[in-house]
Amino acid sequence: METIHTLQEFMLHTKNVTYVLIVAALVGIAAFWRFLTDRDDE
Amino acid sequence: MSENKAAIGKPIFSLFNIIAGAILLMGGILTILRFTQGLDAVTNLSDYNPWGIWIGFDLLVGVALAAGGFVTSAAVYIFGMKHYHAAVRPAILTGFLGYALVVVALHYDVGRPWRLPYPFIMQRGTTSLLFEVAACVALYLTVLFIEFSPAALEWLGLKRARAIVVKLTILLTIFGVVLSTLHQSSLGALFLIAPSKLHPLWYSPYLPIYFFVTAVIAGLSMVIFESTLSHRFFSHKMDAAHLAEKDTLPLGFGKAAAFVLAGYFIIKVIGISVGNTWHYLATGYGAWYLVELLGFVALPAFLYAVGVRDKNVILIRWTAAWTVLGIVVNRFNICLVAFNWHLPAGERYFPSWMEIGISVFIVTLGIVIYRFIVTRMPVLYEHPDYETH
Repeated sequence: METIHTLQEFMLHTKNVTYVLIVAALVGIAAFWRFLTDRDDE
Repeated sequence: MSENKAAIGKPIFSLFNIIAGAILLMGGILTILRFTQGLDAVTNLSDYNPWGIWIGFDLLVGVALAAGGFVTSAAVYIFGMKHYHAAVRPAILTGFLGYALVVVALHYDVGRPWRLPYPFIMQRGTTSLLFEVAACVALYLTVLFIEFSPAALEWLGLKRARAIVVKLTILLTIFGVVLSTLHQSSLGALFLIAPSKLHPLWYSPYLPIYFFVTAVIAGLSMVIFESTLSHRFFSHKMDAAHLAEKDTLPLGFGKAAAFVLAGYFIIKVIGISVGNTWHYLATGYGAWYLVELLGFVALPAFLYAVGVRDKNVILIRWTAAWTVLGIVVNRFNICLVAFNWHLPAGERYFPSWMEIGISVFIVTLGIVIYRFIVTRMPVLYEHPDYETH
């Protein structure tokens, strides 16, 4: 992995990771909601 | 040996009363010591560590755990969840006593009680977060007092005063939510000014958001925890409505807490990503951070969800107690453990037994006053002469 020298490089790297995590989190929270509520009708 | 009976038919010299009495006596002596001999005689505070457990526990934890008041009244009066109505008065009482004792605890730290109104007379200006916290806590304590007053007015038989105050419910609830959002987050924002003192894993620009979200989690969990204890020790004071919600309240609040905990876990991970502090997770502090994040956030989120799915109320109750402990761990970590993490071991802070004694005294005072009120005023039952509001 390239070393980070500038603020631009830092922001690019961290935001890339954050975007991936947020997509995973949205899928995860939807799955968690289903896990939490799928026995509500019983 | 004949026993003296209190007005409510319980023996005065019960085990609880003896232990509580001893703690209150010890607290009284320590209070005199603190106010006559000063901080150095009672605490391990120093210029490096001006905030100890009186701030870390009594203030930060106290304000977080008193959040049940605004959460419950918002759920019932703003979101229309009328089936939790029976939980409102106990939650408001817990909140009112919590905030009142936070102010009492603050006096120990400040040391000059006559200076309590100073933030409103001589203050550092509106950019001071501590001024905003002081203003919001003072206003919110007033709101909680007025919100609780119908119970006291019913007990005193003051019908007209009660009718006037009850009309203010929605306004007070909205005001309470606004004030709580402000001061719960501002307590976290206090640490924004010290990025070099707070460990990078706990320091984040999102600290205000973290503190507010954990306050909601703490409020939901404390209502379940307080309901568990009330059903255990005060079920004889409860009416049918309160007894009926013995299981519905933990299921409903547990579901909400599960979701908020899951959301909090996500934003904490996002915070690490934004700050690019992943490499700290491989350190000793990182291991403790993972204990907090996985053991006291992810685990309770999962356990609450399992409890709600399986209608396992006992699991939900234990998870609520564990979550309350997690909030204590979180506030301690930010204020004490991860704060001044650079300092050598000799300069780090650990509370003296007298500081711990004062904190135990304040908690005991709260429990004793709570017991006094719920055994006399219509908190756990509806007064038969008045309509529900």
